[in-house]
Amino acid sequence: MKELTLPLSDEAIASLHAGDTCYLSGILYTARDCAHRRLFDLIDRGMPLPLPLQEATIYYAGPCPAPEGKACGSCGPTTSARMNAFAPRLFDLGLRGIIGKGEMNGAVIDAIRRNKKVYFAAIGGAGAFYGNAIKECECVAFPDLMSEAIFRLRVEHFPVVVAIDSSGKSIYQK
Amino acid sequence: MKIIQTERITDCVCSLALRAGMTMTPDCLAALQTARRKEAGAAAFALDTILENEAIARREHMPLCQDTGMAVVLIELGNEVYLEGTPLKEAVDEGVRRAYRRGNFRKSICDPLTRQNTGDNTPAHLHIDIVAGDTVRVTFLPKGFGSENMSRLYMLTPAEGREGIIQSVVETVRLAGSRPCPPVHIGVGIGGSFDSCALLAKRALLRGVGCNHPRADVAEIERECLARVNALGIGPQGFGGNVTALGVSCEIAPTHIAGLPVAVNIQCHCIRCEREVIA
Repeated sequence: MKELTLPLSDEAIASLHAGDTCYLSGILYTARDCAHRRLFDLIDRGMPLPLPLQEATIYYAGPCPAPEGKACGSCGPTTSARMNAFAPRLFDLGLRGIIGKGEMNGAVIDAIRRNKKVYFAAIGGAGAFYGNAIKECECVAFPDLMSEAIFRLRVEHFPVVVAIDSSGKSIYQK
Repeated sequence: MKIIQTERITDCVCSLALRAGMTMTPDCLAALQTARRKEAGAAAFALDTILENEAIARREHMPLCQDTGMAVVLIELGNEVYLEGTPLKEAVDEGVRRAYRRGNFRKSICDPLTRQNTGDNTPAHLHIDIVAGDTVRVTFLPKGFGSENMSRLYMLTPAEGREGIIQSVVETVRLAGSRPCPPVHIGVGIGGSFDSCALLAKRALLRGVGCNHPRADVAEIERECLARVNALGIGPQGFGGNVTALGVSCEIAPTHIAGLPVAVNIQCHCIRCEREVIA
């Protein structure tokens, strides 16, 4: 398994191939449906964003509340296809990578190829497993959205599979 | 007549919800272990992670999945029971409220239009059957929506028959693809009406993995659906593989001479379901 540090470098992204398994360590930002709508609203109004898009990797996830003694509760990936409408524009604005589960549509694959970025699949359902890989968790925007808020996570040894690589090759396409 | 305080139902729902969120049913776990032996590569990695996750959740009392689900509660209420105390629906919701707070479960229920979260995972989705006897049987099923979103309802014609039923199941799984966290469990409702058919499909998910319907012709449909779904090759997490579904369960009900409703309720690889009888 490859070990990758976040933020992802262009070289690291270029070295990845669909189907590779790797461990991620560093900073991730969570965002789901509602948070994306609000991010787009900020972008449309030319307002500052609560995350540094140019170096960010977004994790499609909404964690459980942290139990005592842990940084974060269970926190596996949500279905990425619901973010098909959002991902291309964010990639065009500099987003480096996304993490979720399941296939994404042609527009996302095109945006990944065009911008030489990457989509990782985390293993859906493995909430407790991924929760334990999160060492720090801080809400950085939209706390009223509860679990759908944007959280800044520091992860260690967070396993993923390269689902769509920078050439546009997808693990979901036979 | 037996008097049962609804406070006991609140306590029961609370403990079932806490257990269900952290526990995979034993038959589901066994099916995943069997599936692991049939896969390699990324699909095997996915199943290893899922099995390790199950062990962590059990050991550390953590929710298996961050989607701790919509609270589906089925109550079989004995006709010789008199419920005393808070009205039943409120008692059930209070049990859900307590469990989701105590267990550090995610609150996932919101207004469908404003998307405003209700804040405590209520209301529960409550189904009540009046049955013979003087007990209350409570079943708790936390239903995640990654898989619920991939479910479908078909109003077939009688002419489409058995083959139409099987094609509906296969099409639902094919369209769902990698999205519902395969290998999935498939609950199929056959017959009834538009609304009751969907509930049949959900009840089918509660039967237990690898346990076929007692009626031979229905069991045969289950077996054929499973074989044809697994031939799709979607595999664990959609990474490609031999096991796309762990099981298919059908429930049937009489329907109208003009119709053949078929509901396909998709469940992710993990069945979380707990039951208890209040006597």
